[in-house]
Amino acid sequence: MTISEYFSLIFSDYTLRTITLGTAVLGAVTGMLGSFAVLRKQSLLGDAISHAALPGIALAFLITGAKDSNMLLLGALVSGLIGTFWIRGIIKKTHLKSDTALGLILSLFFGFGMLLLTFIQKQPNANQAGLDKYLFGQAATLVESDVWLMTIVTAICLFVLLLFWKEFKMLLFDADYTKTLGFNTKLIDVLITSFIVLAIVLGLQTVGVVLMSAMLLAPAAAARQWTNSLSVMVFLAALFGAFSGVFGTAISASQNNLSTGPVIVIVAGVFVLISFVFSPSRGLLFKQIRFIKNRRDLELHKTLAFMFHIAETHDNISHPHAIKILNNFQGYTKNTLQKLVDKNYVTIVGDHWSLTEQGFKTASNLYNQQNENNE
Amino acid sequence: MKQKIAVQVDDLTVAYNYKPVLWDIDLEIPEGVLMAIVGPNGAGKSTLIKSILGILKPIAGSISVYGKPYEKQRSLVAYVPQKGSVDWDFPTTALDVVMMGTYGSLGWIKRPGQKEKKAALEALEKVGMLPFKNRQISQLSGGQQQRIFLARALVQDASIYFMDEPFQGVDASTEIAIINILKALRKAGKTVIVVHHDLQTVPEYFDWVTFLNVKKIATGPVKDIFNDDNLTKTYGINYKVSIQE
Repeated sequence: MTISEYFSLIFSDYTLRTITLGTAVLGAVTGMLGSFAVLRKQSLLGDAISHAALPGIALAFLITGAKDSNMLLLGALVSGLIGTFWIRGIIKKTHLKSDTALGLILSLFFGFGMLLLTFIQKQPNANQAGLDKYLFGQAATLVESDVWLMTIVTAICLFVLLLFWKEFKMLLFDADYTKTLGFNTKLIDVLITSFIVLAIVLGLQTVGVVLMSAMLLAPAAAARQWTNSLSVMVFLAALFGAFSGVFGTAISASQNNLSTGPVIVIVAGVFVLISFVFSPSRGLLFKQIRFIKNRRDLELHKTLAFMFHIAETHDNISHPHAIKILNNFQGYTKNTLQKLVDKNYVTIVGDHWSLTEQGFKTASNLYNQQNENNE
Repeated sequence: MKQKIAVQVDDLTVAYNYKPVLWDIDLEIPEGVLMAIVGPNGAGKSTLIKSILGILKPIAGSISVYGKPYEKQRSLVAYVPQKGSVDWDFPTTALDVVMMGTYGSLGWIKRPGQKEKKAALEALEKVGMLPFKNRQISQLSGGQQQRIFLARALVQDASIYFMDEPFQGVDASTEIAIINILKALRKAGKTVIVVHHDLQTVPEYFDWVTFLNVKKIATGPVKDIFNDDNLTKTYGINYKVSIQE
C-alpha cells in the first residue's frame, strides 16, 4: 500500500479511518497541551512522565493477566502520576535541580519498567505478545473505543482550557503575580499538569513511552515560530500535532507497519525544521535576509551621507563633483553609486556626480531617521 | 494627629533552608508614605515584600493591611515584581499584560470586557506606553517593560503598591517617568513601598525609609533617620553618602 492509496482508503476502510482519526485527535491534544509545557519551561517533564508510565503498564498486565488497553492505560496513568509527584517532591525537599530530579525519575521508572517487561516475556502466558509495542507505539492497534476515549478527553481538556484561559495564561506568564491577585495557583498548576499527564498516557499506545515527549514539544516549538499570540500558538500547535499524527501513521502503515512513534516524531521534526527556517519573523532565513538588506541599506546611506557632506560645502547643492573623490570613501562601490542613481538621489554626467534635490533632503534627514529607528 | 497604619508586620521570620533570611521583623508603614526599603544584597528586601504579599510562606509572623489580615484585603494591594522575574519572550502583547491587572477584580472564569480594556488603555497612557499597546513584549526595551509592569499595577487601582526594584536597568527618562508616577500616587493618598538600590536618590525620591539587613535596623522619615549611623549599621562598613543639603 502506498501513501496515496492509504489516503484514498481512509473514507472507505473502517480500520484506517479509526487509526487516522485517533492519531489526529491525539496530535491535536498533545500539541495543545505541549504549548503550555514549553511555555512553563517544563519540556522535560513530559519525557519523565511518559517513561514513568512504563512500569504501570507492565504491572497492570501482571495483575489483570489481560491485555485490555484501558486497564493498561490506567496503570500507566497511576505510575505516571506517582512519577510526577516524586519529581516535585525531590525538587521541593532536596537541593537537587529539576533536571536532576527529572533524569533520576525518568531512568529509574523506565529501568524498572523494562525489568518487568523482560520478566513478563519469560512467562508462559500467550497473552504477553505485543506488550513491547508500548515502547515505540503501534497505531494499528487502535480500536474505536480508544479513539472515543481520546476524543472525550480532548473535548474535556478543550472545555477546561477555554474556561480557565485567562488564569492559565496569567500563571504561565507570571505565577507570583497571579498569587497576589488571590488566585489559587496550586489548583491551576495541578489542572495543567494533570491534563499533560492524561494526554501523554493516551498517546502511549500510538507513539510509545520513549518518544512521547516529542509529540508534546515538537508541535509547540514549531507553532511558537509563527506567532506572537498565545491563542494562535495553541491552535497552530494542535494543527501541527494533528498533521504529524496523520502523516506519520499513514507513512508507517503504508511501509510495512513501521513503529508509529518514530515516524510521527520525524514528521513532527520536519514541521519544526521548516518553522525554524521559514518563519517570517523568527525564522533563520528571513532573519539572514533582513540582516543582509539592512547592511546594504546602511552602506547606501553612508555613501549618500558622504556625498552630502561634500555637497553641503557648496551653495548649489547640485554642483557636480568628480566621481574620483568617492574612491577615498571606504563603503563606496560602482554598484552603490548606480543604486543611488536608480533611487533618483544622484545624477551622473560624464565622470561627475551631483546630488538631486531629493537626494539632498533624504541625506539631511538620515541622521534623524537613524535616531528614530533606534528608539 | 496620628497617621493611619496601612501595613503592619508583626514578628515576621522567613527562612529558605536553615538560615533565616528575615529575623523577627516588626514594621509599621503609615498610610500615604513613599517608602524605600534599602539594604545590601541578600538583606531580604525582596523576601520581605514577597512574604507580605503571601508569595512566600513565613515561618512565623502575621501581616495586616488596614487592621485586617492581608488575605481579606488583597484588592487594596498591588504588586510590581522584578522585571527579570518573568520571560519576556512569552507570546503576548503589552496591552494583554496590562489587562492582567484587572483579573483580580474579575475573579475566576469571567473574561475581561470593554470596561477592563478601557482601564488598561488608560494605565498605558499614564506610563506613556499607549503607542506600544500592540507591541509583542519581547520587542520592548527594558525601560518600556518596566513601565508595562507599572501600568499593570496601576490598573488594579489599589491603595498600597509594592514594587521590587522598579528602577533597575531602566534608562534615565524611564526613571524620571516612574518617579513622577510614584509621587502622583502619594499625592493621591496611596501608600507606595519600593525596594531600592541607589542610596544617592533616597532623599530626593522618598519621604520614608526602612533599613533592612535580615533584621530591621530602622524605619521612619527620611529626614530623621537617613544618616551615616544607620547606613553603617545596615551595610556593615563605614558607609558614607553625601546627602545634598
